[in-house]
Amino acid sequence: MLDMQGIAKIFRTDLIETHALRNFDLKVEAGEFVAVTGPSGSGKTTFLNIAGLLETFEHGTYRLDDQDVSRIGDDQRSRLRNEKIGFIFQSFNLIPDLNIYDNVDVPLRYRRLSASDRHTRITSALDIVGLASRMKHIPAQLSGGQQQRVAIARALAGDPKFLLADEPTGNLDSLMARQVMDLLEEINRMGTTIIMVTHDPDLARRAHRNVQIIDGQVTDYKPYEGPYEPSAIIGVTGERASG
Amino acid sequence: MLSYNLHLACASYRRNPTLTGLVAGAIAIGIAVCTITLTLYHALSNNPIWWKNDQLYAVTIDSWDPERPDNDKHPERPPPQLTYKDALALLKSDIPVHKVAMFKSTRVLDAGKADAKVKRMDTRVTTGDFFRAFDVPFLYGGPWNAAADQSPEPVVVISKEVNEKTFGGINSVGRTVRLDDRDFRIVGVLDTWRPAPTYYDLNNGSLENPEDIYIPFAWGEALELESAGNTNCWKSEQINSFKDFTNSECVWIQFWAEFSSKADHNRFQSWLDGYAKDQKKLGRFPRPLNNHLYNVDEWLAFNEVVTKDNRVLVGLAFMFLAVCVVNTVGLLLAKFLSAASLSGLRRALGASRRDIFQQHLVEVIVLGLAGGLLGLILSALGLWGLRLMFASDFDQYASLTHMDPTMMSAAILLSLLAGIAAGLYPAWRIGRIQPATYLKTQ
Repeated sequence: MLDMQGIAKIFRTDLIETHALRNFDLKVEAGEFVAVTGPSGSGKTTFLNIAGLLETFEHGTYRLDDQDVSRIGDDQRSRLRNEKIGFIFQSFNLIPDLNIYDNVDVPLRYRRLSASDRHTRITSALDIVGLASRMKHIPAQLSGGQQQRVAIARALAGDPKFLLADEPTGNLDSLMARQVMDLLEEINRMGTTIIMVTHDPDLARRAHRNVQIIDGQVTDYKPYEGPYEPSAIIGVTGERASG
Repeated sequence: MLSYNLHLACASYRRNPTLTGLVAGAIAIGIAVCTITLTLYHALSNNPIWWKNDQLYAVTIDSWDPERPDNDKHPERPPPQLTYKDALALLKSDIPVHKVAMFKSTRVLDAGKADAKVKRMDTRVTTGDFFRAFDVPFLYGGPWNAAADQSPEPVVVISKEVNEKTFGGINSVGRTVRLDDRDFRIVGVLDTWRPAPTYYDLNNGSLENPEDIYIPFAWGEALELESAGNTNCWKSEQINSFKDFTNSECVWIQFWAEFSSKADHNRFQSWLDGYAKDQKKLGRFPRPLNNHLYNVDEWLAFNEVVTKDNRVLVGLAFMFLAVCVVNTVGLLLAKFLSAASLSGLRRALGASRRDIFQQHLVEVIVLGLAGGLLGLILSALGLWGLRLMFASDFDQYASLTHMDPTMMSAAILLSLLAGIAAGLYPAWRIGRIQPATYLKTQ
């Protein structure tokens, strides 16, 4: 599903070079729910951006769904993002002046689907997150938890192969965070692979396995060994919840 | 995708109405300045009788001073008007289908109504072919015939305005008006006719309104009417009477000829040269043979109706539009970059660079068109202001300061181009943003 080998990402300014990822290896199988942890500045978001084809990288290879995407062009990256990847962000990233329906519609528009096909997918996705009755509301009329569920619906509507979640509960209180996590687990049980960056050890514990990144490298990595079982969770590291 | 992009454009306008207003305003002001200037230029450079451009010719003969040309700047040009006796001679040629000899004068009109004010009015003293050659439209009646030109008969054609003021707009053909101390029978009432520029007589400028009264040319000599246009003389002659004046080398008559074919045009040119040679034998026309027939386009150029200043003004207007476009580029960049996080989000969700470029291009095109419409309103207001400013002194500006469909279409096209020119770079730039850069800042 996702296979990164020897990835290196360097951010350069006139004065300094920052190695955000170095010799980064990670393999995620279809159906997995992986939590990625690590201290601030360790490279978690850079990893997620590269995994989501939002950023390029200097060295290494990246295979996504059995396709080498290491050096593909921008148009192809856009198409793969649209068709295979769903994004869930910490700050929801909904478009404030579009209603819920239109927000979920955004990725479908760029797939050039017919109006009826889009409508079916949008209503179905909003049904899954329990917000079908709120489709005419704008984001500001919803709670934080509801907004994140809209973001999840938007990610699901495109029927992606895997979801990339960057601190999906970071802006939510504990009750809403638990509801969102329950939803993500439900989605994973339906077959969608999920990679979630989090600072929260409790949330990380609910994933199939944890991957810790420190200084741009995976420091605690164990390949996926089978279906989800609570006992399969490997040791959680990097619990520090700093920014 | 177009309707979706239009929907997004509307959302964007609502999101930032101030910046949207500034962009539309900047384009509108540039378009308005250009449209006003172009409207004036278009009116001046217009050939109001283009369909007769290869039939209708101003006739010139070089009867001028052997020592110096009529026009120092253009010594190759003959004087633009003829002497009275030459005009009479040219009227005898049967080659043109229509021959117009004429000059402008003034007459006091008295309709015989006790409550009507007596008023001095611009009068064209002309042959009846004036109306036929220049395709002048009639509301009632028509031009006088050749016999009326010969006698001359006391007949008159009046303008629509005079007919409305004097007779309340009814068919006044057959009624009588008094011009100075003589009665004239109305044979025709003109319909609205405002050629701009007034190509047929450019002596008093190119923006004149046509005259209100038209009487046969022969009345000029019979009533010893003075010209209200230009009279230019080069020869030292004793002029003690009107007869002396009509026999002099002074030029003051405009002459036009209409031909039914190019062959007739060439025949008349030969005839004209022959006439000039005959006159040379009589001791006239001391300058080299220099007789010309100018079509309307050439005549407008000859008289420099569109001056260099007009062209400079149009150039300056376009430069001003360019400045507005450059300002708009800055405003659009600010507008687009203020919403860059949304574009970043769309890119993350699968929009290609082309999708983002198209989305923003649609936004600026609509904005450009809105600016164009606003510009048209400002143009109309500007032209109306010009009319108000000049109406009292220069009534002729009224005919100029109307926006025709051509200029309206040009303004819309111009705004479209300005919008695209201003929006291409910002739209391209916003399409190049890295989605990851803005996702955290959403």
